[in-house]
Amino acid sequence: MTLRKAGFAAATALVLSLTATACGGDSGAGDDKINIGIKFDQPGLGLKTQDGEYTGFDVDVATYVAKELGYDEKDIVWKQAPSAERENMIANGDVKFIVATYTINDERKQRVDFAGPYFLAHQDLLVRADDDTVRTEDDLNSSEMKLCSVTGSTSAQNVNKKFAPKANLINYGGYSECLTGLENKAVDALTTDDSILAGYAAQEEHQGKFKLAGLNLSDEPYGIGLKKGDTELRKQINDALKKMVDEGAWEEAAKKHFGPADYEYEPAPEITETN
Amino acid sequence: MFDFLDSGQYDVLGAFWVTVQLTVYSAIGSLVWGTILAAMRVSPVPLMRAFGTAYVNVVRNTPLTVIILAASLGLFQTLGITLAGGGDFEVIGFRLAVLGLVAYHATFVCEALRSGINTVPVGQAEAARAMGLSFLQVLSLVVLPQAFRSVVAPLANVLIALTKNTTVAAAIGVAEAAALMKTMIEYESDAIFLVSAMFAFGFVVLTLPTGMLLGWVSKRVAVKR
Repeated sequence: MTLRKAGFAAATALVLSLTATACGGDSGAGDDKINIGIKFDQPGLGLKTQDGEYTGFDVDVATYVAKELGYDEKDIVWKQAPSAERENMIANGDVKFIVATYTINDERKQRVDFAGPYFLAHQDLLVRADDDTVRTEDDLNSSEMKLCSVTGSTSAQNVNKKFAPKANLINYGGYSECLTGLENKAVDALTTDDSILAGYAAQEEHQGKFKLAGLNLSDEPYGIGLKKGDTELRKQINDALKKMVDEGAWEEAAKKHFGPADYEYEPAPEITETN
Repeated sequence: MFDFLDSGQYDVLGAFWVTVQLTVYSAIGSLVWGTILAAMRVSPVPLMRAFGTAYVNVVRNTPLTVIILAASLGLFQTLGITLAGGGDFEVIGFRLAVLGLVAYHATFVCEALRSGINTVPVGQAEAARAMGLSFLQVLSLVVLPQAFRSVVAPLANVLIALTKNTTVAAAIGVAEAAALMKTMIEYESDAIFLVSAMFAFGFVVLTLPTGMLLGWVSKRVAVKR
């Protein structure tokens, strides 16, 4: 009886320790691998598809930068970087850098350094394709218009605190939930960065259903987040980004991922985050 | 240490107030609906018994997140049911969350009550029947008053679980404590432990007195047999 109990306890401990190490175990992989943080759930930017492939603009940028740093595509270990965990992932050394719709701002700069920006997005609205109402920024700030966004996101915070405190806003756990309501006319618009919206509109199953309203509500310069004080890496990444734009690979990637949504993205921004 | 609270960006008390409101409305709803379900499960009508059993077993075994999301995405976003909430998302979300919480927790109230009904000696119901009382009279005048008194402690457990389960409403955008915590973790990611500890403490403040008060009540009102 005691033996069985001990065996059971040992098995439990083993399982627990296995699950505990499963997430952190391979972070210290040798020099031949590189860990890069991306979003896994944002079509057009960073998406893990059902067959385990990674696609999107952020993925292309990250792959290009990694190549310039001397890592082959097969040496890249993609890590999921949820918005709230990005600073900690960089600080803990889980990832070398993060390319995940990471807006450069002063609060984040206190904890991480940025390279780039490599893309300039604006907060915008996604509306139904047959919705011809002309929207202005003032429309948002009335309870007439029903808005949808994601709990805890910068876009939701922007609406609440900055340009439309009176807006009628519902927050879900992800943007996909908002699309259900948008399609069924329970909400009038989904709001977040236009790059993200374009990614959803360009998805195969949504093509032709939604369009961007084209409001420039805010500037969101996306940077590549890296460990604070690593000026060497920052310079290397900036050089890689510059080369990517000069070579035309940037334009190609942007056209490939944002093109199907008729999204007029901004040209590659000037790199500002230098040493 | 708590300097992020001084910025005035986060209405922590307001968020916990929504949690309290969710809890109170859902608790009242669950108690009513749970009592009706329990009555159905012990009723002499086979159809009602079957409905009660099926409802309790299906809903009790469905994850609460699924129920709440189905209420919002299914009922509201797809079918357009707003529960008389007009066009205001705050009201609609709140009412749908209460609906989901009541649907789920009523099953636990029902099962707790049914165990209470089993503590009432059969002779009591038989005697009441012999006096010519109807089933509903037997239940409401003789059996349930005694049953409730013996299940105060289990009902307190359901209430505490309900208080904590209100956090699931964050999934459909109800601005309660867990939703605010998510926002705070995004913006104050260097203070994750402080933020988590603060919300954990908030829930302890809500649930501990409930448990102690109802524990005392259950001792006071228990039927000594």
